Amino acid sequence: MPEHRRVAIVPARNEEDAVAGVVEELRAYDPELDVVVIDDGSEDLTAERAAGAGAAVVSLPFNLGIGGAVQTGFKYALDHGYDTVIRLDGDGQHDPQQIPNLLAPLERDEADVVVGSRFAEGAGDYKPPFARRAGIRWFAQLVSLLTGQKLTDTTSGFQAVNTRAIRLFAADYPHDYPEVEAVVMVVRHRLRILEVPAQMRGRETGSSSITMLRSLYYAIKVTLALLVGIFRRRVVPLEESR
Amino acid sequence: MNPVTPLYVSIAATVASILLILVVFELIRSRRLRERYALLWLATGVVLLVLSAWRGGLNTIAGWVGVTGYPPAVLFAVATLFIFAVLLHYSTVISKLADQNVILAQRLALLEQRVRREQEPQP
Repeated sequence: MPEHRRVAIVPARNEEDAVAGVVEELRAYDPELDVVVIDDGSEDLTAERAAGAGAAVVSLPFNLGIGGAVQTGFKYALDHGYDTVIRLDGDGQHDPQQIPNLLAPLERDEADVVVGSRFAEGAGDYKPPFARRAGIRWFAQLVSLLTGQKLTDTTSGFQAVNTRAIRLFAADYPHDYPEVEAVVMVVRHRLRILEVPAQMRGRETGSSSITMLRSLYYAIKVTLALLVGIFRRRVVPLEESR
Repeated sequence: MNPVTPLYVSIAATVASILLILVVFELIRSRRLRERYALLWLATGVVLLVLSAWRGGLNTIAGWVGVTGYPPAVLFAVATLFIFAVLLHYSTVISKLADQNVILAQRLALLEQRVRREQEPQP
């Protein structure tokens, strides 16, 4: 029995062309690492391809959206007694070789949530299109202001979290663009969040599910959620989560 | 001379709009209302607030749309429009929930049947 029980959560919706590659890469990176693909109501062969590549597959009966899918993963991790969750996207943009960078601060107990940031010092030159960059910057600044901590990338889905954060996220996780709100939740529950530089690869297949008008809608919605979020009661009592 | 919005009507409508906004905020905060479904209500509150508090604007808009007798009628019209939008939106939401409910019930029933079958002693 390994010292640490780790699981990789991979939310995937209609990623039949990419998901097997992601699972295989994870297994090649560490054969001991359990991999769970959360199939978020895919209409293609995502579940079959993921299972074929050796992942455990949890198929949601219909599309819950990214937040609901990822939270399913955290609940799975809590149910099965994992102490560390690594979260990465099902489209292949996150490189498993960078997982050790995410795990190191958890192992030194310097953080409860570690985020792979595309914009931190040394992350390389990721240049998203203008609208997306504007959105990412807006949320980075708003979240930095709300949490009093300098954060550069609040929409990154490349993360590693420990037991405390698993418990929090299994109990409550936001819906759309969950990472942004999750940061504020984490800080409000006095958990420690840390960014490490991470390089993302371009999307291997498919197109990003976010269009212009939708991003504006999400931007307004998430901003509202952030502002209301700071007035919310804690879902997990402090002494329990620390 | 053009008719104007009576001051008391303006004050009462402003207070009502602010109340609506506050109630929606409290519902979101206490997690009884999701942000997704609150946005339309907040838009309603903000538009009504602006029209209520800004009497000159309400009078002007009343002039544009040919409401010559009583400018606050525009407030009612706008409020009604928003209520239609919210209701229509909710109808689509309920339809989606009903569809998902059917899928859940089917999945659960199939799962139960499979569990029962596996628990029965093999012949």
